Amino acid sequence: MNAAIEDLPEGAGGRLAENVMHFGRVLRAAGLPVGPGAVIAAVRAVEAVGLANRTDFYWALHAVFVNRRSQRELFDQAFHIFWRNPQILERMLSLMLPSIDTGDGDGEDKAEKQVSPRLAEAFAAGKQEAAQRREAEEEIELDAAMTWSDEERLRKKDFEKMSNEEIALARRAIGRLRLPILELPTRRFRPDRQRVRADMRATLKAALKTGGDIIPLKFRKRRTRHPPLVVLCDISGSMERYSRMLLHFLHAVTNDRDRVHTFLFGTRLTNVTRYLRYRDIDLALEKIAETVEDWSGGTRIGRCLHEFNNEWGRRVLGQGAVVLLITDGLDRDAGIGLGREMDRLHRSCRRLIWLNPLLRYDAFEPKSHGIRAILPHVDDFRPVHSLESLVQLAKILSEPGQRRHPGMSKWLEAAA
Amino acid sequence: MPKPLPASVDATLDLLGRGAYVADRSLATALYLALKLGRPLFLEGEAGVGKTEIARVLAATLERKLIRLQCYEGLDVSAAVYEWNYARQMVEIRLSEAIGDRDRDALERDIFDDRFLIRRPLLQALEPSPDGPPVLLIDELDRTDEPFEAFLLEVLADFQITIPEIGTVKAEKPPVVVITSNRTREIHDAIKRRCFYYWVDYPDAAREREILKIKAPEAPAALSAEIVGFVQKLRGQDLFKLPGVAETIDWAHALTQLDCLALEPEIINNTLGTLLKYQDDIAKIQGSEAGRILADVKAELAMAGARA
Repeated sequence: MNAAIEDLPEGAGGRLAENVMHFGRVLRAAGLPVGPGAVIAAVRAVEAVGLANRTDFYWALHAVFVNRRSQRELFDQAFHIFWRNPQILERMLSLMLPSIDTGDGDGEDKAEKQVSPRLAEAFAAGKQEAAQRREAEEEIELDAAMTWSDEERLRKKDFEKMSNEEIALARRAIGRLRLPILELPTRRFRPDRQRVRADMRATLKAALKTGGDIIPLKFRKRRTRHPPLVVLCDISGSMERYSRMLLHFLHAVTNDRDRVHTFLFGTRLTNVTRYLRYRDIDLALEKIAETVEDWSGGTRIGRCLHEFNNEWGRRVLGQGAVVLLITDGLDRDAGIGLGREMDRLHRSCRRLIWLNPLLRYDAFEPKSHGIRAILPHVDDFRPVHSLESLVQLAKILSEPGQRRHPGMSKWLEAAA
Repeated sequence: MPKPLPASVDATLDLLGRGAYVADRSLATALYLALKLGRPLFLEGEAGVGKTEIARVLAATLERKLIRLQCYEGLDVSAAVYEWNYARQMVEIRLSEAIGDRDRDALERDIFDDRFLIRRPLLQALEPSPDGPPVLLIDELDRTDEPFEAFLLEVLADFQITIPEIGTVKAEKPPVVVITSNRTREIHDAIKRRCFYYWVDYPDAAREREILKIKAPEAPAALSAEIVGFVQKLRGQDLFKLPGVAETIDWAHALTQLDCLALEPEIINNTLGTLLKYQDDIAKIQGSEAGRILADVKAELAMAGARA
């Protein structure tokens, strides 16, 4: 293992610093947030531990460049390739030049092949992004302004029955939607005129302005803030039309506020929060399409919720999150294990709202296994099939009220 | 004279060893860097893997003061940095009024005097101390909210705090800062960027046996080996909350108290609550599953014993 370290140029400083910089750039291209500051810190760190021991060298760079557990894998791969064979650096850099085809590759060893596509992807993304943006700009030029009556008509129309043109219009309307979740009191304070809670710090300050002759009482009250929002959206075949529409909605919500986490599930769970943060909706959707592997397949709700509860629940449901579960409840596993996972989810959040496009049918009966397993554990059950229903959702979320919506009892009876 | 900081990764490893902390070389590297380059150490990991303990051991072995800031939602400047003693200030104002000996400027100077300042952990950590800069433990940072994180950013960058009425307090020598997080939410990258990051993982079997030897010396070696084997197997199961090192140690203590010399299915079922903290998990493991795991563990230990 120590043999490789001898490939490093001796006499630290110059060449080593340069190599660390190139290593930092490779990591950055592969998606780690590595800035110039981190590179400088890394050089200092390497100087501090010295080059005598490859393990120390590894962990020194690790301590600087990695700041999430999920980055460890990528770092590990990059480290072993980069510091084993410095020549690979040149190949990496050649990848950065847009004129050179990224697809070439002859006679590298296997490990290199595994990583370079990922890195290549990172470089290619830049190009795609630019192309995307050009397209988007052109599109905007063609956009005819939507008239109000159009929107009125569209509001009640089922997403599934819309023409392509109407879908485009509806998407734009969704892009303008806002989701006003009811704000909750936090444990922080702000100044207030109502004479309920005295603010001693402000009072003393004000007293000194007058030389201490009068002590005018100042007051404060609790600040409010909306709770985090977690969305779990089904993207299986039966939900396809809706989930594609809802992604536009989720994009609008994510860009409107902080603390929104979005997960898509079909047969497996994918966290797409990061992609929805792209300002450009087309870019966001394209990234999601690349990442998600189970579009329009079956649904295994129980398994996906289990994964969510174990992997993510404790990380995103803290601080009283509101959860939107968007699914038709049609489960390939016939609801096996679903009830238990729903129970766990329900106990971990402030409020659990189920949005089901099937509710658009007046004669909807909660009879399938999946639906009957989910129903007892949700606080509200709503349709989500038209613009109108999305607007109503916004209203529900902004109203104070009991955790469980009174309308639920009807559904529970029907499911029993 | 303050005790000197360790001069190499090996010395750091020794230092932790002297404090009865069994550490990985990777952890020692991160810690050494943090000490050497004066940056905070950011420890993330599941509950009960010994994150807080690192700061404690560091303070004890370096013979520095340990200042702990436990984070919670709504933690603000008056609880984390400083607060004025308002009651005493008001009395002071009243007194000076009664005597009438001071003008307005003098009063203002007197009111915001050191005597009326209540120092909270962050401010304490910046003050010079004869034993050298203290160890500042910012525990469970994920429990507080983003505004406090933003404030902390400022403190960690320059190790100085501005109190409007007094001026800027700057640490002569920056304290040794250890930040821990249980990852109930992601901490902002801006904080992590300023720190050395380390993910504290569950230890492997050999290391965990070593930990038990030190932390639960009264447990017989054979029992310890079985305990570690069982816990290691549990961590491979699909559970909601995997048992941490703290739970292993608790369990070892519990079993020793029960005069247990070897693991039996029945005693496991009765004491599973020290290891698993969710009813679902307990229900899953209790009974036949526990028996199966135990049989596996015993078989493996017997094999290892035969080989040795």
